[in-house]
Amino acid sequence: MTHSSDFNAEKASNLKVIGTRPARPDGVDKVTGRARFGADMNLPGQLVGRILRSPHPHAIIKSIDTSAAEALDGVKAVVTRDDFAENPDNHAVLCNVMAREKALYEGHTVAAVAASTATIARKALKLINVDYEPLPHVTDVDAAMQPDAPVLHDTIFTSGVDPVPTIPSNIVARCEFGHGDVEAGFAKADIIVERELKTAATHQGYIEPHACVASVSTDGMSELWCCTQGHFDDRKICAALLGIDVSRLRVTASEIGGGFGGKTTVFIEPVALALSRKAGRPVKIVMSREEVFKASGPTASTSMRVKIGVTNDGRMTACDGEFRLQGGAFEGSPFDSAAMTAFACYDLENVKSVAFDVVVNRPKGAAYRAPGAPMSVYGVESVVDEVALKIGMDPIEFRLKNAVRDGSQSSYGPKFGPNGLVETLEAAKAHPQYKTPLGPNQGRGIASGFWFNYGGETCSNLNINADGTVTLAVGTPDIGGSRASMCMMAAEELGIPYDSVRATVVDTGALGFNEGSYGSRVTYASGLAIINAAQQAITEMCKRASMMWDIPADAVTWEDGYAKPSGANAGEFEPMSLAEIAAIAANTGGPIAGHREHNADSAGISFGTHIVDTEVDPETGRVDVLRYTVIQDAGKAIHPDYVEGQFQGGAVQGIGWALNEEYIYGDDGKLQNAGFLDYRVPVASDLPMIDTVIVEVPNPGHPYGVRGVGETGIVPPLAAVANSVSAAAGVRLSELPMSPPRVLKAMDDAKQAAE
Amino acid sequence: MRYEAPDTIDAAIAILAAEDGIARVLAGGTDLLVQIRSDMIEPDLVVDIKNINSMRSITPENGGYRIGGAVSCAEMGEHADLCAQWPGVVEAAELIGSTQVQGRATMTGNLCNCGPAADSVPAMVAAEAIATIVGPNGRRDIPVEDMPVAPGKSSLTKGEIVESVFLPARPERSGDAYLRFIPRTEMDIAVVGVGISLTLDGHGTCTHARVGLGAVAATVLLVDDAAKALIGTRVDDAALDKLAAATSAACKPINDKRGTIEFRTKVAGVLAQRVAKIALDRAGK
Repeated sequence: MTHSSDFNAEKASNLKVIGTRPARPDGVDKVTGRARFGADMNLPGQLVGRILRSPHPHAIIKSIDTSAAEALDGVKAVVTRDDFAENPDNHAVLCNVMAREKALYEGHTVAAVAASTATIARKALKLINVDYEPLPHVTDVDAAMQPDAPVLHDTIFTSGVDPVPTIPSNIVARCEFGHGDVEAGFAKADIIVERELKTAATHQGYIEPHACVASVSTDGMSELWCCTQGHFDDRKICAALLGIDVSRLRVTASEIGGGFGGKTTVFIEPVALALSRKAGRPVKIVMSREEVFKASGPTASTSMRVKIGVTNDGRMTACDGEFRLQGGAFEGSPFDSAAMTAFACYDLENVKSVAFDVVVNRPKGAAYRAPGAPMSVYGVESVVDEVALKIGMDPIEFRLKNAVRDGSQSSYGPKFGPNGLVETLEAAKAHPQYKTPLGPNQGRGIASGFWFNYGGETCSNLNINADGTVTLAVGTPDIGGSRASMCMMAAEELGIPYDSVRATVVDTGALGFNEGSYGSRVTYASGLAIINAAQQAITEMCKRASMMWDIPADAVTWEDGYAKPSGANAGEFEPMSLAEIAAIAANTGGPIAGHREHNADSAGISFGTHIVDTEVDPETGRVDVLRYTVIQDAGKAIHPDYVEGQFQGGAVQGIGWALNEEYIYGDDGKLQNAGFLDYRVPVASDLPMIDTVIVEVPNPGHPYGVRGVGETGIVPPLAAVANSVSAAAGVRLSELPMSPPRVLKAMDDAKQAAE
Repeated sequence: MRYEAPDTIDAAIAILAAEDGIARVLAGGTDLLVQIRSDMIEPDLVVDIKNINSMRSITPENGGYRIGGAVSCAEMGEHADLCAQWPGVVEAAELIGSTQVQGRATMTGNLCNCGPAADSVPAMVAAEAIATIVGPNGRRDIPVEDMPVAPGKSSLTKGEIVESVFLPARPERSGDAYLRFIPRTEMDIAVVGVGISLTLDGHGTCTHARVGLGAVAATVLLVDDAAKALIGTRVDDAALDKLAAATSAACKPINDKRGTIEFRTKVAGVLAQRVAKIALDRAGK
């Protein structure tokens, strides 16, 4: 059958379940502690896995002697680089999960043990003798780009530059996006502002540390339980790294205590599998918080230059940006999406956006909500704020004057379709917060932001049960309420109550491949698969009814949960409910189900605009967030509570990034704040209630108009908070985080300069 | 690791004195267990003192209060008379960790941990608190400012336990207060902490003052010059300016992940002024 993903205006205006706020299906288990997270899984006979990590930020590993550890009573297996074969296709991941020639950052895995108790495992780690030859290190992105910087990999020759360099460096790649002629554009400008700005590396800060249990049988059949955003992805990479068939590894995703992109890759999972294979027993590894900070995947720190030219009446004539991102010790920082999203809010004649991917002696970065965009948008929106101030124009009016609309040429290539940027700006202008007067030492910041959103490979099943209920098998871990939204979409299509539908995130043995829960794709892509699967089941149920009535299948329609004859010509029959059809399915052809496999390619882009009021203590530089409003285009909110939760969560993580979160490295190249005491995420009492406004400009590529909502919310807050704090402090701040010492110094320096 | 939970202080001292390896006293455990779990220490012996009844009470004594070494910070906050007499000390104790942590953590443990940023210690120093120590050689009293000798290192000798902290009686028209600077609103560690206790005469002139200063040196400081800036004044703006200058001058901070030398030095003065105003207000009521 054919599946349409086109927006259906009539359907979208007659939704019954979509847009309501039913209780979440996972709520009771989570508040009672019954939900099983990564560390809650245990197997009989399981061993404790522990990891030995490099104390050096950069060192050659000359040799590893594990003999004393192996001889310790209670130690069942020790693994090192020798237990993992070279894997050219997955070289970086392989080297990251187990160091090979070199340790490339403090905390890099060098060896691992499996022992009968944690105490023995700890002792065994101390008995492993690693002979290191320490090398000079570099942790700062700008320093790493210098010609005299210590080079991490002698295999990196900058791509994207012509000619390709002949000597290796830490600059992996250069990319460029844009159109027009920026120099000609700047020549037309009345005012040009150019700034250098920086952001610190931050961690996703999920509360649940990485945890897994691996069990490899003597015949090679392998099972893995872990907290992850993508268990099919985990299966793929673990099978590759361990050299086992995909069919011989079954991965089950636990409940997840936060991921935000950081659980889209593997760290401890291949190590646990290798230990289990060697020990012949299940092995459980749970990271400590220190390990999470030092050896999972934080996001990039950045350094950037942004230049914007405007006319006195507020038209942007040219935008030029250079964005430098370090993604840790291996290639793969989100430099390209930083460049692509930087100017995406603006309809520009002349724009150029260049970015560099740089390696340094830090843990290999992983995704973090809208990877790359919060930083580059911070740079751009800071300068936009400054130019608007300079020409004396209201920041929302300025943005409205330059905003992309339906049909605008995007700064990174494609033409935009219908989108909600203007609607979010209009809603911001009309919001009561925007009109509230400010007190002394207070400031208001505005910023907009963009994220692409993604679709991708997806596969879902829908089963009609004999009692008239419905179960859904979904392959994308529920990181933001997707079980509820899947049930709502199935209920909507089938015309049955929400409570009659239950969704399960099933293991990798139960469905075809699913990409993980990232890219704000789940509600859109898995949801669309569920909608299509429901439609397929409906077709089948109509067919079963037609058999009962002995009329052609196409003479039956589905309406509000019932199969009905399509008209008078079809015959006079009492409509049959889903439950009635299900109850006699055995006699009409057997179980009824629907399924859908697709590579969803019509995800809708999403824009948001944030308003934030802050107050700065002029004597200490401490910032209070007084009021915050997130306005974002959701296309169509399936479950508005969850949509608002995504908006609020994005804002809160962005506030943390803007004010206090940062990876702090000492001159010794070691992370100084590997814990929640000194890595300061906002606590509840730091925050006002985050207000939300859901804008709904339908995605033309989804029957209800759904757009992804998970990532756009973290794009504007860095800039919005920076603009607000700059206004409150009376001095433009150009480096994140705006921690009290930095804000106080900026204010004191400005005062001195004025005197 | 051996765990013991004796029910008398004498038994506790005997167990501690007999241990040849690394021994630690466990009260709330909010520092000790964190240190053990993060592999900072591997004690051979842990002696839990929470079964010792005499260490679990707050007792009036000579117009002041004796706070047992195993009394939790939350229990202090629930003691109305103690809160009325030494509000600054109690508010400092109730800043340690979270509400849950305060249900376990003890002020004595905060003192014995000897962290330069310990919240309750500057307030205790300002309050002229006395630590009563019991050990194999008997009982001795020391001013709390003599407890820490270096970060994480106390002046206690082998087998000694802090049995209690004594907060003395105070004259009429006295007030104390504690503030710390943290980038957030709670669940954080002081970048600077200031405790001030002062007494006024009938005309509103400050006759006695003590200033305790935390997180700006290797140990919590008693700052006499800062106290002198207040004594003999009506704690007016001129006195507060002198207080800020004297407090900043006493700082010997380091640049670290929590703040710069410049920042800590300046904010210490700012906080001292704010704390003095609260203490003054309390003394006048």
